[in-house]
Amino acid sequence: MSHTARAARITQGAFSFLPDLTDEEIAAQLAYALGNGWAISIEHTDDPAPRNNYWDMWGLPQFDLPDPSAALIEINECRAAHPGRHIRVSAYDASYGRQTTALSFIVHRPA
Amino acid sequence: MTERWSAGVLQYAEMGYWQPDYEPKPTDVLAAFRVTPQPGVPPEEAGAAVAGESSTATWTVVWTDRLTAHEHYQGKCYRIDPVPGSVGQHGPEQFIAYIAYDMDLFEEGSIANLSSSVIGNVFGFKALKALRLEDMRIPPHYAKTFQGPAHGVVTEREYLGKYGRPLLGATVKPKLGLSARNYGRVVYEALRGGLDFTKDDENINSQPFMRWRDRYLHCMEAVHKAEEETHEVKGHYLNVTAATMEDMYERADFAGEIGSVIVMIDLTVGYTAIQSMAKWARRNGVLLHLHRAGHSTYTRQKSHGVSFRVIAKWMRLAGVDHVHAGTAVGKLEGDPNSVRGYYETLRCDKTDQDPVRGLYFEQDWASLPAVMPVASGGIHAGQMHQLLSLFGDDVILQFGGGTIGHPMGIAAGATANRVALEAMVKARNEGRDIDFEGPDILRAAARRSPELDAALATWGDVTFSYESTDTPDLVVTPS
Repeated sequence: MSHTARAARITQGAFSFLPDLTDEEIAAQLAYALGNGWAISIEHTDDPAPRNNYWDMWGLPQFDLPDPSAALIEINECRAAHPGRHIRVSAYDASYGRQTTALSFIVHRPA
Repeated sequence: MTERWSAGVLQYAEMGYWQPDYEPKPTDVLAAFRVTPQPGVPPEEAGAAVAGESSTATWTVVWTDRLTAHEHYQGKCYRIDPVPGSVGQHGPEQFIAYIAYDMDLFEEGSIANLSSSVIGNVFGFKALKALRLEDMRIPPHYAKTFQGPAHGVVTEREYLGKYGRPLLGATVKPKLGLSARNYGRVVYEALRGGLDFTKDDENINSQPFMRWRDRYLHCMEAVHKAEEETHEVKGHYLNVTAATMEDMYERADFAGEIGSVIVMIDLTVGYTAIQSMAKWARRNGVLLHLHRAGHSTYTRQKSHGVSFRVIAKWMRLAGVDHVHAGTAVGKLEGDPNSVRGYYETLRCDKTDQDPVRGLYFEQDWASLPAVMPVASGGIHAGQMHQLLSLFGDDVILQFGGGTIGHPMGIAAGATANRVALEAMVKARNEGRDIDFEGPDILRAAARRSPELDAALATWGDVTFSYESTDTPDLVVTPS
């Protein structure tokens, strides 16, 4: 993404200045999150305004996943159900002293 | 006993300020001083003198001590160690004196009082050639009397909606002379290009070429426009530093009214003003950035002054959300181990004693929020792997010249930094060894980003390799 061609691209999340992540690359980030003991959640919205914190939840956060495959299936189901929305994945760190999101990035943009 | 109270001058060590058997209480405030005694002054006497002059003593015996429980109020030097490798004419030249102060010596929640006690008088003491306050242990009992950071790292991230990566900033340059309209242009370009924050410099207040209200209005137009285009929360640190508290409140109130998420103050405003602004910031839901203007006058020299790790502790207590804490790799003073010690002091809830990082005591912050450290001064996109490896995610990396000086323009400079940052975070999370592969990762990212490519071509080889003046005494020898 160049600095001139980005006008319409939402740049929220950790990786919006890189080419859209492939499923394999998303799985690598999810594996990192699970390795840190973080829970995975998927959210979608038709209003990605800067201060819209509360996107619609795609189910509950997934705790204790053994590997990224189940989360990736959920991401793809969410994409199939909401192709015209933004979808983000967040990793949540419940440890004492943090108790907040540890990583968040966009995994789907409207075509 | 009688002699202790006879009129006249006694050694401080004989007046109870040297107590090698004293076991510090968990509630004591502890201090480590680097002491360079004058020739002929025994180290124990030098340590006792520091303990005395920073607590109850004066130069002579006073009978009015006997109207008090004086032993309770006396500062107690309980340990004195020669500094490894320090050589004078007749033995070691420097010593570390450990002093315990009862918590009762200090007013609750007052940095002004704490600092007036501990560094108030004693630094000009003739019997010492030089004196440096290296570190303090603030017991939780005392720490809890302070507000602490107005928001802290966790709340800041939730305010901004930015997670899992360092934040990016830039200081507007030239720091003096731009009109408000031109100044706002730099802010807009940098934010739309990909930075999270832009910043006023320490000496941009309200000068003839640009008055504060004009600057605030143009900067906020730029912030709001960049937010609309990127759908990200953006901020500009509006410096509210002024001659009086009344002026600072007026400026901060206006900044809040026109929607700024953050205001800024300089260390030069003084500890009391900092604490007042920290209360204002929490009350108004506006982040508080502190620029450590002037600190090098007393933090840089190893033999005399106050270490920055002490200032970092005081500022966490005082309640700022951001403080500049060094880059290690940039243009300004900062030994990497010491700088990591400052970062831990600002961010961790507990830190262990760690001589390699210059941490003399363990410190328990008892859930006082963490301060976001800011790395600023002569850093560029080509150092992204080193910066991420040194500092992790909870840091603001500020590339002023490295954004505004980009050959393709300011927005391109911002994009270069953001691409480099995201590529490095992604690679780290994928398990790659960024210390070794960093330059390759940057080159690969630059193949898809002409902005990063140009940044690497311009600054890729720039380094600032000078010897640090302030380093920990203990250095680990690589094995």
